[in-house]
Amino acid sequence: MTLASATVQSGRHGPPGGPRGKGSGDINRNAGTWFLVLPALIPILILSVGPLLYGIALAFTDAQSGRTRSTQWVGVLNFQDLLHDGLFWESFRIGLVWAVGVTVPQFVLALGLALLLNENLRMRWLARALAIIPWAMPEVVVGIMWRLVYNPDAGILNETIRDLGLGDGRDWLTGLATALPAVILVGVWAGMPQTTVALLAGLQNTPHELHEAAALDGAGAWRRFRTVTWPALRPVALSITALNFIWNFNAFALVYVLTNGGPGGRTRLPMLFAYEEAFRYGQFGYAAAMGCVMVAVISVILAVYLAGRLRGGEDR
Amino acid sequence: MSPRISRPARAGQYAALFCYLVFLAFPFLWLISTAFKPAPELGSLHPTWIPEHPTLDNFRQAFDEQPLLRAAGNSLIAALSAGVIAVVIATPMAYVMARHRSRLSAAATGWVVVSQAFPFVLLIIPLFLVLKHLHLINTLWGLIMVYVVWALPFALWMLVGYVRAVPPELEEAAAVDGAGRLRTLVSVTAPLLAPGIVATALFAFITAWNEFFFALVLLKTPEKQTLPVVLTHFIGAEGASDLGPLAAAAFLATLPSLLLFAVIQRRITGGMLAGAVKS
Repeated sequence: MTLASATVQSGRHGPPGGPRGKGSGDINRNAGTWFLVLPALIPILILSVGPLLYGIALAFTDAQSGRTRSTQWVGVLNFQDLLHDGLFWESFRIGLVWAVGVTVPQFVLALGLALLLNENLRMRWLARALAIIPWAMPEVVVGIMWRLVYNPDAGILNETIRDLGLGDGRDWLTGLATALPAVILVGVWAGMPQTTVALLAGLQNTPHELHEAAALDGAGAWRRFRTVTWPALRPVALSITALNFIWNFNAFALVYVLTNGGPGGRTRLPMLFAYEEAFRYGQFGYAAAMGCVMVAVISVILAVYLAGRLRGGEDR
Repeated sequence: MSPRISRPARAGQYAALFCYLVFLAFPFLWLISTAFKPAPELGSLHPTWIPEHPTLDNFRQAFDEQPLLRAAGNSLIAALSAGVIAVVIATPMAYVMARHRSRLSAAATGWVVVSQAFPFVLLIIPLFLVLKHLHLINTLWGLIMVYVVWALPFALWMLVGYVRAVPPELEEAAAVDGAGRLRTLVSVTAPLLAPGIVATALFAFITAWNEFFFALVLLKTPEKQTLPVVLTHFIGAEGASDLGPLAAAAFLATLPSLLLFAVIQRRITGGMLAGAVKS
């Protein structure tokens, strides 16, 4: 699920369906098209589109694991139950706090790094090389790595705090107040590189002459950013932020490894909640309903993103 | 890149870049440091950056504690199969999407965008039930099928970009010379696409190698589990003595994807830059 930032890039400049060549040759060539498409289309329909529809249907049933009685339709009962499930809405709230808390700093930090990497600085190559590390790492390893950093006794974070004379440090991941901020920091670290690369690509797209003209007119760095860089960057920024928000809202592995939702549910993201409901308690129907609610929220965000992308297209 | 920058501003830029370098690097350096520390140093209340008595004990202990080799083998089979199968079935479809404007291409494009937004829990419950009916739970084949479909959206998107980079005029010239459609594809287009296909396959390999959620749900017994799932078995017993093997195993598990990513990174970012520059 990494790297759809590239998707953003190519997607913004016209759908892949748009041929660059002549359209006239298409008619007599279309005969063989189905033959070429089927090997990918069949698995997609059977293992992706099909299960998605099946999953939505399950939300309206009482499906459970390991039950002998056959599954019944229950209408919107699962959704009614969800409405009154305080734990679910608490996890939903945590999911939103986490998604915003990761996405916003991630964007700000990535923008800063992208602007720096766009300059002619000496250690640029090193930063680019380092930036691929979080990107290429398994999320599980990222989680393990930060557990080592956060370890109350043997971790480098508390040792640094002790060295600086700022106190004894604490057990970040099990503290009620610190757990969520601690996992948010990891989320920011893990997702920053992709955002940086996407923004860097956008920056290299800004017309350089405009920059120089603005500088000749006496515009300072901030004004140049506001009047030249940002308008050109805006569509990319919007796309990557919307996608980041969605990915973060759907996050699982990182937090599963770091805290497994603890302490006391303080970091129990919606995905962790639904996973437990489905595969620990076997409540397939109820968990599917949770998935539907998550899709509904995400659809709203996706709609905003697509609308923004369309407007970005008109700007050009 | 930017015109005329004052010296203090330049210094500020270097200071900021330095902060970024530290922020990006320090967790990874700490992982490596922990992996090579002997048990007494890990138990110390004042941990150091450089191990005083570096050791490989943690690595040996990690292999003793968990079936890492078998898990790596499972991961390799799953990731390799997913990478190869994904590009074999995606390349023809990507070709069609790149060269023909049709309702199918539009639908496929929409699906690529939407599939980025699936909460996987909505997908995994029905997949779990379907695979259970097919007796594919707790098998690598079930997991590979899921990985292939999961890798397809991005594989398609990468490949569409590579196909469009091949000038259609080349194919038309071959057609004029009397080559059939399939012949044209195999002898003209495929060789030019080869580097892109390899990069796409490697990318699918990396994502499958790193994947955790589907593997966690679909693989039940330790003999079948992939590396990320087995890594989580190190966590649980919270004792300080486990930190070393945990770090060692995590470090080893990350090497393959890190090395492969270094190989294809230029292609990926290069492709992104190209996509952004040409409208």
